[in-house]
Amino acid sequence: MGIAPNVGMNPFPGEDAGVPAGPPPHSPVPQLEATPRRERIGRWFNSIFRLLVTVLGFGILALAALFIIVLAQGAWPSLLKFGPNFLSTSTWDPVHSIFGVVPFVIGTLLTSAIALLIAVPVSLGVAIFLTEQSPTWLSGPLGLVVQLLAAVPSVVYGFWGFIVLVPYMRLSVEPGLQGSVGKVPGLGGVFGGTPVGTDILTSSVILAIMIIPTISSVCRDSLLAVPRHQREAALSLGATKWETTNFAVLRYASSGIIGAIILGLGRALGETMAVTMTIGNADVIPKSLFSQGQTIASLIANEFTSAGPGSIYQGAIIEAALVLFAITILVNVIARLLVGRVLRVEGGS
Amino acid sequence: MAFDRVARRRWKSHLFAGLTLLCVVAALIPLTSIVWTAFDRGAPALSVGFFTQPLPAPCGSAQTHCSYGGVGPYIEGTLVLIALSSLIAIPIGVLIGIYLSEYGRRGIGRVISFFTDVLTGVPSIVVGIFVYTLTLDYILKTGGNPENVYSALSGATALAIIMLPIVARTTEEALRAVPDSVREAALALGIPKHRTTLRIVLTAALPAVLTGALLGVMRVGGEAAPLLFTAFNNPLGYTGVTQPAGALPTMIYNLYQTPYANWQADAWASALVLVLIMVILSVASQIVFTRVRRRISGGQ
Repeated sequence: MGIAPNVGMNPFPGEDAGVPAGPPPHSPVPQLEATPRRERIGRWFNSIFRLLVTVLGFGILALAALFIIVLAQGAWPSLLKFGPNFLSTSTWDPVHSIFGVVPFVIGTLLTSAIALLIAVPVSLGVAIFLTEQSPTWLSGPLGLVVQLLAAVPSVVYGFWGFIVLVPYMRLSVEPGLQGSVGKVPGLGGVFGGTPVGTDILTSSVILAIMIIPTISSVCRDSLLAVPRHQREAALSLGATKWETTNFAVLRYASSGIIGAIILGLGRALGETMAVTMTIGNADVIPKSLFSQGQTIASLIANEFTSAGPGSIYQGAIIEAALVLFAITILVNVIARLLVGRVLRVEGGS
Repeated sequence: MAFDRVARRRWKSHLFAGLTLLCVVAALIPLTSIVWTAFDRGAPALSVGFFTQPLPAPCGSAQTHCSYGGVGPYIEGTLVLIALSSLIAIPIGVLIGIYLSEYGRRGIGRVISFFTDVLTGVPSIVVGIFVYTLTLDYILKTGGNPENVYSALSGATALAIIMLPIVARTTEEALRAVPDSVREAALALGIPKHRTTLRIVLTAALPAVLTGALLGVMRVGGEAAPLLFTAFNNPLGYTGVTQPAGALPTMIYNLYQTPYANWQADAWASALVLVLIMVILSVASQIVFTRVRRRISGGQ
């Protein structure tokens, strides 16, 4: 800082570099009085800027805390009245002011679980095809097209689901499932009831479509992070392409793949519009895959505006939002820890 | 015998290769169907007037002549909401990214970076409830009318909260990709740190930072859930920051069960427009992003 800078090397000529501008002997001399002041201002700006960005950075932690405080405050009437029973009651009755979150927690977990069952094999297949099978010229553009699935807004998925998928499920898929798998002893209950189209299964299928880009892109990154020599070693032992993928690549990338799956789960749990438009919106515990149901997110979207400000009804819905917030934060923390480890492995190798 | 085994293993390998290709095809069927359906059902409503006219009068099946009108006010509302939320989220997000990359590389900075990642996973409907509760609380404390809880400003705030962690994290990644030698060279010239950060590091990473901002805009552009209880709905589009505001995604949600053919067509055309905008933004951002990443890593 004490060294006089060469004016010609100053990348910002004519601007204050915040440096003591001890003038070179034969150049036009800047105001000697002004220099210390300019330096002081420069230092002052420097610490102000550091303070500003640090405060904003800590604002992220404050925002996370504020979420919990504000939601708890909004849920206060319900928290006071029901206490822990809110988490174990399976009745949701706005008329008699009895509220329990169980049907929606089950609806949320059930739809997300079925969505994972469908989406994980497909996403893994997509990721394997893009990294291990496809010729290089194809994998780039194809990856881009799969990512476009993530660009379609949720409400458009819901609209398409309601107009195209729901009738297809009602008329073809669901009777077909009932007639085949539903005949297996013990499974009749799972596929029981009249297929209506707007039900748990349909919204799970929509969710699966929506989380495929998330899971497949993180899986692809994990597979790309597997070092070349893993594959070469397996191939040199005479393994076929599939055996190489299975033993040398997938096992190596397993923690990243699990992270990707949990990340997809986090997305499915909180997905709102598409589910709201296809799940049938019944505030009961679903009896089969063909029952109408409700997730926490769809409950909020459907019923929030009909609850009066400050009422117990509204408090109960906000408490349900708090439950959803807690579940998704937990799931995301686990996913980020797993995915973060993969990236560290990648950086270390 | 051994030959059979080899043949079987090879056959199995081909089978799995075929299965992975099948997965790619399966993943692309919904996208094709969505674009096709939206085009098929929305095309009648697409005209110049679609982008400027308000919604037409509903048209029942008994009527012979239907006007399609348009969704001009909702397009206006969407653009204003995106602009307002970008105005809030992009500067703050970039500054947080600067903190994470330049000032908080160790200790608590790592924790904040981790929480920023986690915040990207908060469901958008929960963000909507959060902003609604915050707004209602503010209105009750200042003695206002609870009826005024819905406004363009609270809608933009909800969208900004969703954008913020995305912008912050992509900015952090973009700045980290700038080699340390650049910072050291600048500091060695006696340039103070804030100036090094803003004028040299940020400038070098600008294309990647802008891509991050674009990703943020893409994430909120199609959102309906956080707007349901914040911006609510307004058939006139945008009429002021303290007034409710309409947007394309919430309009589609409000019309999806409508029995009127011309409204259905308008909703489909809106869906098509939304999807096309998102697809263009998505392709643009990914192309820019790979090019930038290649340039940065190639320059090292």
